[in-house]
Amino acid sequence: MSLHGLIAEFENSEELLHAARSARAEGYRRFEAYCPEPVEGLAEAMGLKDSGVAFAVLFAALIGAAIGYMLQYYALGLDYPINTGGRPLNSWPIFIVITFELAILFGGIAAFLAVLILSGLPRPYHPVFNVPGFERVSRDRFFLVIESADERFDEERTRRFLLSLGPREVSEVAD
Amino acid sequence: MNKVQRISLIAGVAGLALCLIGVIVNPAQFFRSYLWSWIFWLGLSIGCGQVLMLQFLITSRWGFLTRSILVSGLRVLPLMFLFVVPVIAGIPALYPFAMPDVVRESGALQWKAPYLNTTFWLVRVAAYFLIWWLIARLLCKWTDALDRTGDLEYVMKARALSGPGIIAYSLAMSFAAVDWAMALEPEWYSSIYPSFYLVGQALAAFALVIVALRYLAEDPPLSDHVTSKHFHDLGNLLFTFVILWAYLQTAQLIIIWAANLPREIIWYLNRTVGGWAWLTAALAVFHFFVPFFILLSRKAKQNARKLAVIAAFVFLMRLVDHFWLIAPAFYHDYEQGMVVSWLDFAAPVGLGGIWVAYFLQQLKSARLAPGHEFELEQSLQRA
Repeated sequence: MSLHGLIAEFENSEELLHAARSARAEGYRRFEAYCPEPVEGLAEAMGLKDSGVAFAVLFAALIGAAIGYMLQYYALGLDYPINTGGRPLNSWPIFIVITFELAILFGGIAAFLAVLILSGLPRPYHPVFNVPGFERVSRDRFFLVIESADERFDEERTRRFLLSLGPREVSEVAD
Repeated sequence: MNKVQRISLIAGVAGLALCLIGVIVNPAQFFRSYLWSWIFWLGLSIGCGQVLMLQFLITSRWGFLTRSILVSGLRVLPLMFLFVVPVIAGIPALYPFAMPDVVRESGALQWKAPYLNTTFWLVRVAAYFLIWWLIARLLCKWTDALDRTGDLEYVMKARALSGPGIIAYSLAMSFAAVDWAMALEPEWYSSIYPSFYLVGQALAAFALVIVALRYLAEDPPLSDHVTSKHFHDLGNLLFTFVILWAYLQTAQLIIIWAANLPREIIWYLNRTVGGWAWLTAALAVFHFFVPFFILLSRKAKQNARKLAVIAAFVFLMRLVDHFWLIAPAFYHDYEQGMVVSWLDFAAPVGLGGIWVAYFLQQLKSARLAPGHEFELEQSLQRA
């Protein structure tokens, strides 16, 4: 049985925040936090880098806007030009609405896909599911897992470090 | 703070002195420049009142820390009421409904005369002032008592007034926008128009709060409480109102463009002839696109210094926007193009200097530490 990592169970978000900060200060880099509610400041405490979702959304929204505008300009200005009450063929104020809507649509779809892809979803199996009692993560328990793949991981030392954070329990995560 | 106050007072007095010269040299231009400047600076106090009431209704993280700033802004309101005198003196020079020659020529103006006439106009102004003043008076009294005694009863009172208060403020301002600004082009109308002022005033108030908080947060007591999270919240609100401003402008443009009626498009023609077209384009770029793309970044919103620079810039754009809304109404000479007089700088600086000096005076005696309800909120969170 290979070891995925060590898991510590906490009772509230402050303890988890403290644990994440300490783990990072201790030099651990490959660790993961699990919690039933969004914990403000957790991403900063874990030192997570910008995920790239924001950039993907902006990029897709700009493409959506360009497509929305070109679509209308091509249809009403180039392919089948209609003079509507003397307005210019490139009647841009009228085009704003669809340009905007397509920007939002593309941005929304990009956000959905980027979150799935960048977080590796869908994923039917994960080693933490082996931990007894882990299902309470969706109710009232907070978990911190330090993975064995971390350079500084050492079963004995890491266990002692996690115990020093005052968790309810520290247990092994089978792979 | 003392230094800034002294400088604003000097700028204010100098600006008003220049205005006085303007009255003698070019009275017509003086009234025009004074009108938009006065609407802007009065509107800033109204915006402070609106955001203050919003703060009472939603009890937010940013609200506890900015309340004293908003109250100080609202306290300038009665002083701004006094500055209405030159506008009243200028009615015959400003408003077509008060020019008998113009009314004789215009069927629309004759038809609107029962509403748009000098007497009723003055009565309405008095009514707006009374509504704004009564609500402001109560809010200031209760926040004072709250700061002094810490009795949370006053929060409940202020909250109960804030709901109807926001509606009353907005309704009065909507009518005021029609009377003070839309009546300059009396044959034109748009139902979106008053909300340019409502949204703009809230936007200016948020910009003011951000700049003030950035400096106040350097010293105790606020330095112990203000974090990047508060600036993030305020930055998001600034962002929202910048977008809302652009949304309303676009909505009006699309509706008028689609209908393409002569009596409606005149408003846009007056703002796109000659140099005005450049000002219109500049507003679209600097009032919307530039702050929009900068404020998309979370880092810009969390950094107090950067956010304060953007807020100050948006504040400046609010001034330009008021000039753009009102000044083109006076120029129907398409050959002449855009005219910017030196009084268009003297009047806003004069009124603004007085506004800022009086605002800082109020802020000095205010209790800057977060309100007592903030402590309650904190203890509730701990429990």
